[in-house]
Amino acid sequence: MSRVDGYGRIDRTRTLTFTFDGAQYTGHPGDTLASALLANGVRRIGTSVKLDRPRGITAAWGEDPTGLVQIEEPFPEPMLLATTVDLVDGLVARGLGGRGRLAEVPDTARYDRRHTHCETLVVGAGPAGLLAARTAARRGDRVVLVDDRPAAGGALLGTERICGRDALDFVADTIAELRADPDVRILPRTTAFGHYDDGFVLALERRTDHLAEPPRNVSRQRVWRIRAGHVVVATGAHERPVVVEDNDRPGIMLAASARDLLHRYGVRVGREIVVFTTDDAAHGAAADLEAAGARVTVVDPRPGAGGSATRQAQVVGTRSDAEDGAVTAVTLDDGTVLPCDTLLLSGGWNPTAHLFSHVRGALRYDAELGAFRPGEPLDGVTVVGAANGTFDLAGCLAEGRGETPEPVARTTRVVWRTEGDPARQFVDLQRDSTVADIARAVGAGMRSVEHVKRYTTIGTAHDQGRTSGVIASGITAELLGVPVESLGTTTFRPPYTPVAFAALAGRERGRLYDPERTTALHAWHVEAGAVFEDVGQWKRARYYPRPGEDMEAAVLRECAAARTGVGILDGSTLGKIDVQGPDAGVLLDRIYTNLMSSLKPGRVRYGVMCGVDGMVIDDGTVLRLDEDRFLVYTTTGGAAPILDHLEEWLQTEWPELRVSLTSVTEQWATFPVVGPRSRDVIGAFAPHVDVSNAAFPFMSWLDTEVDGVPVRLARISFSGELAWEVSVDGWHAAAVWQRLLDLGAPYAITPYGTETMHVLRAEKGYPIIGQDTDGTVTPQDLGMDWVVSKKKPDFVGRRSFARPANLDPLRKQLVGLLPVDPDLRLPEGSQIVELTDALPPPPVPMLGHVTSSYRSAALGRTFALALVKGGHARIGERLTVPVGEALVPVEVTGSVVFDPEGTRRDGEPGVH
Amino acid sequence: MQLIRCPWCGPREEVEFHYGGQAGVAYPADPAALSDEDWARYVFVRDNPKGRFEERWSHAAGCRRWFTAVRDTATYRFER
Repeated sequence: MSRVDGYGRIDRTRTLTFTFDGAQYTGHPGDTLASALLANGVRRIGTSVKLDRPRGITAAWGEDPTGLVQIEEPFPEPMLLATTVDLVDGLVARGLGGRGRLAEVPDTARYDRRHTHCETLVVGAGPAGLLAARTAARRGDRVVLVDDRPAAGGALLGTERICGRDALDFVADTIAELRADPDVRILPRTTAFGHYDDGFVLALERRTDHLAEPPRNVSRQRVWRIRAGHVVVATGAHERPVVVEDNDRPGIMLAASARDLLHRYGVRVGREIVVFTTDDAAHGAAADLEAAGARVTVVDPRPGAGGSATRQAQVVGTRSDAEDGAVTAVTLDDGTVLPCDTLLLSGGWNPTAHLFSHVRGALRYDAELGAFRPGEPLDGVTVVGAANGTFDLAGCLAEGRGETPEPVARTTRVVWRTEGDPARQFVDLQRDSTVADIARAVGAGMRSVEHVKRYTTIGTAHDQGRTSGVIASGITAELLGVPVESLGTTTFRPPYTPVAFAALAGRERGRLYDPERTTALHAWHVEAGAVFEDVGQWKRARYYPRPGEDMEAAVLRECAAARTGVGILDGSTLGKIDVQGPDAGVLLDRIYTNLMSSLKPGRVRYGVMCGVDGMVIDDGTVLRLDEDRFLVYTTTGGAAPILDHLEEWLQTEWPELRVSLTSVTEQWATFPVVGPRSRDVIGAFAPHVDVSNAAFPFMSWLDTEVDGVPVRLARISFSGELAWEVSVDGWHAAAVWQRLLDLGAPYAITPYGTETMHVLRAEKGYPIIGQDTDGTVTPQDLGMDWVVSKKKPDFVGRRSFARPANLDPLRKQLVGLLPVDPDLRLPEGSQIVELTDALPPPPVPMLGHVTSSYRSAALGRTFALALVKGGHARIGERLTVPVGEALVPVEVTGSVVFDPEGTRRDGEPGVH
Repeated sequence: MQLIRCPWCGPREEVEFHYGGQAGVAYPADPAALSDEDWARYVFVRDNPKGRFEERWSHAAGCRRWFTAVRDTATYRFER
């Protein structure tokens, strides 16, 4: 055991048991998995991803490139850093060889998200961040302070003094002051992982993993969406190593990390320690470890650095004769071999400027630091303390207060690597990438660090090159013989640390992933055994299979009922827009291709809308409710876009029109009652209404009441059959639907779904906008010249109809197709070519494609709709549709394959 | 995610807005009088400057009002 009495902030009165690689160990509350493993003398954590070399813990926190573990209990999670996993009782983990395994069981933990707003967001609760937060709070700002570690204080170890007091007491007092301020929110264990425009920061709070028994009502992780007026980046700095030969063995670690482990967890990482440094900070680490009972040799190439015990030399390699592969000796450049159990490395410090870089803040190279630091300031962002390249405590405190610190002389010597075999000098330990790999990249002609990164994969692992990135830039510059500043560094992009998809998804998973819209009758459809289909966000009943029926059988039965008896459909999802105002008719005349203002109240008209390019964007019926009021029906999918379309024209082109638009899609439930017996059903439903053709003609509507419930009846047909649409408010929808079913029972009224609706409309050649059209189809292409007004001087799209391309007789036009084999149903989307027995060599000229294809009960055969080049002139011709290996001959017909004369609209002759 | 200032509602997140392209492209007074080329120019052709650009935006998930804003297409910054 290498736990040292008198050090650390762990709770030694309690013992936790955990399992690693099958062996049981103990630790204490406050430990990380890494500190507990090191306390137990476990140094080898896993193996490297490509070379299978033993690897250990090389840093004390999230910058560690090597200590990856797979958690098995309490819940399987791959690729976590042992240094950031809180130790809990019963934890089971194992070391990884660079790859983890996703859980095979569903994650039952909850994840959520919160929004918050503040004047000042401070990221990092080290000395600079604490003072920044305190200064902002005292100014009266709403403040959010986030810090990724469990407790505030940042790099403070407890050995420093602030304002004449123990530094950690100062931290506690400052936190207490901030906690007492109701406008301050402190979020420990929270990593700000992305910084975006206008002070928007995403942060991940880890809320329960450190708790022995997490409360059921607390989410495991929470994504904070913070919008701040000002962002203070006080994220500190990462120590960087010097690259030496065989620098990847267990037992080789960053110097400050060893110091951190001692002061936070009471873990002394070795007994016989060599510290190789080119920077002053590591001398403090050496002194602390010596005081804690280790034998420490400091190797520093800078003349006069450290005390007389310091060896002025460089480490050039390491050796191991230990079973776990851990370091047992180091070699110096003067040939000396120093036996040791630990090598600590320090080559200086890299400001953690990621959050500055995320918002396009430019970093510039500081040759004295050997690191990149924030350059030109950004509006709304301040970088303070070590993140700004200010490493002395007094300077950090001054910057936190918003003051300019006294300049401090820099003493770091920038050394990227020492002499040795480049193939064993590891730059990115996680990617097994070496100096030799950089040399290969440069030899292959790479000149940009971005290219070197992608060629060598340096900086692409979970740690994103926190400790390796600058070194890679430095070594690349050396190899190219150019200054580092001319190369720059690779771009930092969010996320700063890996974030689980589960956390990003939050509550938006499973049923909550996407809103589901259901009609007022949804429960009835479910009860009736409907098979549903998704239409946008709507759940629509597609068909209602009876026992033993497949979709084809059910749809043939439903179609037959609507054509020979009576059927009923839940058509409530159609878009509905209430258009009101004295100029309502003017607006609709300018939007629809046909005239709407001439419609009389009480009447209904079908209309088509185009974009300015003359292409059809929507169609539907319009009811004139009053002189200054229309009800516009859109397609189900068009409900929102068409409302937007109307608003855009109204607001941006014709603001003088006195019209207002309101969506009433959700307010009305609408049930088409369809078929030759529909008159009997509607007559029984509204006995006081004369439903004869003379009194209630096609394309008319009226409002009435049935048992005190206001209902609207309209004679509209999307099937060619005699039909009514019954509209009622959502509250009464279920009752009215049931009543229609009851009254229809003598006529075997048959509920039908969207599939049957599609077959019935296709038999009549009614296009579905977005299925039979694709944004390149005009009303004329659909064979609907009749819906295009010749009288109106203008409407949206009219001018485009005169373009030469719109008049091209070879445009694709909507036609019907009858396969010569009446039992063969063409797959929708099939391509159409000239009639042939054998396909010519490619490219085969394509004439068009099948847009809709069904089996027709009424025709006793299959049929299809298709867009075919010059199709209207090809009616009567035969063409070929390749289906798999088969060449299927089809006959081109008009798009209306059933009752083209329209004899059924007013009911079957002889019925009424 | 940027904040965009709706003239009616104040600053709101950009996901609430719908982009409407170049501002000030008026519907021609008499489309029938335009040549095919001029009509095509109205329908299809828009400026695409690097830098200051007058654009239409709609606060689609808010007040649903259209407004004109000036934005720098290189920096994304809106002029206030």
